[in-house]
Amino acid sequence: MIKVEQLHKSFGDNEVLSDLNTSIERGEVVTIIGPSGSGKSTFLRCLNLLEKPTSGHVFVNDADITNPKVDILKVREQIGMVFQHFHLFPHMTVLDNLTYAPMTVKGMKKDEAVRKAKDLLERVGLSDKTNAYPNSLSGGQKQRVAIARALAMEPELMLFDEPTSALDPEMVKEVLDVIKDLAHSGMTLAVVTHEMGFAKEVADRVVFMDQGKIVEETQPKTFFDQPQTERAQNFLDKVL
Amino acid sequence: MNLDFSQIVPYIPFMLEGVWVTLQFVIISIIFGFILGSLVALVKISNIKWLKFLADAYTSVFRGTPLILQLLLIYYAIPQLTGYDISPFLSAILTFGLNSSAYVSEIIRAGIQAVDKGQREAAEALGIPYRPMMLKIILPQAMKNILPALMNEFITLTKESAIVSVISYLDLMRRAQVVASDIYRNFEPLLFVGVLYYIMVMILTIAGKYVEKRMRASD
Repeated sequence: MIKVEQLHKSFGDNEVLSDLNTSIERGEVVTIIGPSGSGKSTFLRCLNLLEKPTSGHVFVNDADITNPKVDILKVREQIGMVFQHFHLFPHMTVLDNLTYAPMTVKGMKKDEAVRKAKDLLERVGLSDKTNAYPNSLSGGQKQRVAIARALAMEPELMLFDEPTSALDPEMVKEVLDVIKDLAHSGMTLAVVTHEMGFAKEVADRVVFMDQGKIVEETQPKTFFDQPQTERAQNFLDKVL
Repeated sequence: MNLDFSQIVPYIPFMLEGVWVTLQFVIISIIFGFILGSLVALVKISNIKWLKFLADAYTSVFRGTPLILQLLLIYYAIPQLTGYDISPFLSAILTFGLNSSAYVSEIIRAGIQAVDKGQREAAEALGIPYRPMMLKIILPQAMKNILPALMNEFITLTKESAIVSVISYLDLMRRAQVVASDIYRNFEPLLFVGVLYYIMVMILTIAGKYVEKRMRASD
């Protein structure tokens, strides 16, 4: 469903991604891990063009989204994204956060959007917060709303950019549980994370990045038990 | 003490009329300045380089020269250059509107750019197009930064409006001077219109505080 070919990204003289090649199949759960500054988030953000690649290609369902002729807004409709800092719309209620994009972008009728939003809020366990404003929610609740907001667009693929890094430790689980639930439902996921337990348990594949390159790409069991490279070994020694 | 307020009593209706004259051109200038300033702000946050340069130059010139100079230039230069005999009223609106738009454009630009970058990214990631993103996501949040600063600009404009007295526009300030030369007393009419200015500014200040409180209520 996603194919990345010879992806490069530089900020000025600083090359943050160099020659990435990989793909994500439908229904697959891929976690991207690696030290800070390894380019994980930049890589993820290239997949929906929040970051513009310097060169290379990103194919989403066989359409090359780096081609300026491709309508990126249409592509983004199919790709949900969840950010480290939630980025809920603070001037809208939780319900409006969930219904605004489907109504504006997909032209969904209001009662249908509301019904869907309520279903999603129930799914993430926040039915009682329907009419609350984001600022009255805890971090974990905000992130669950953010996940529901992305799901309201019925995406084929969900990108998670360190979804639990800004959370208090006791709220990490409630968010991971929602993501796990998504993984088990067959949704395609790409998750940048520092939660090794999550990567080990849920991922179909682990992509290990360091200094802008994909160093290892393998099944979680192999990666965590027998890392093939010294860099991965060093990294695991530090985080596990 | 040589104070005699009874001397200005016959002139009070004449001076009070100045309040309306002042308000008239201040209100029109504010509206003109706000519309033009919004357009200039839109240009400033756009990606069109040469238009951006023009907008920045425009702001820089109007903020970098004295208001009274701008007023005199427009009042005297337009008849001299074009032969069109511009009225004091039109000169006043033009000067204050153009000048205010420079400040307003900066207020709006700064207000929009102060909105968290993540808001824009979140909207983009959802596939929301530029227009609804600006109108429904970014601007409502920017308003919180913009409105209080905008009220300040309106207050400044109201006070500075007294400058139009130099082109003989019969505003509140000018009327005080007319009265003063009529009765050979400066202090009483000046004090009287001073109080009137203060009341106008206080009304705007209270309105501004009210707006600010309403904005904060939604936090």
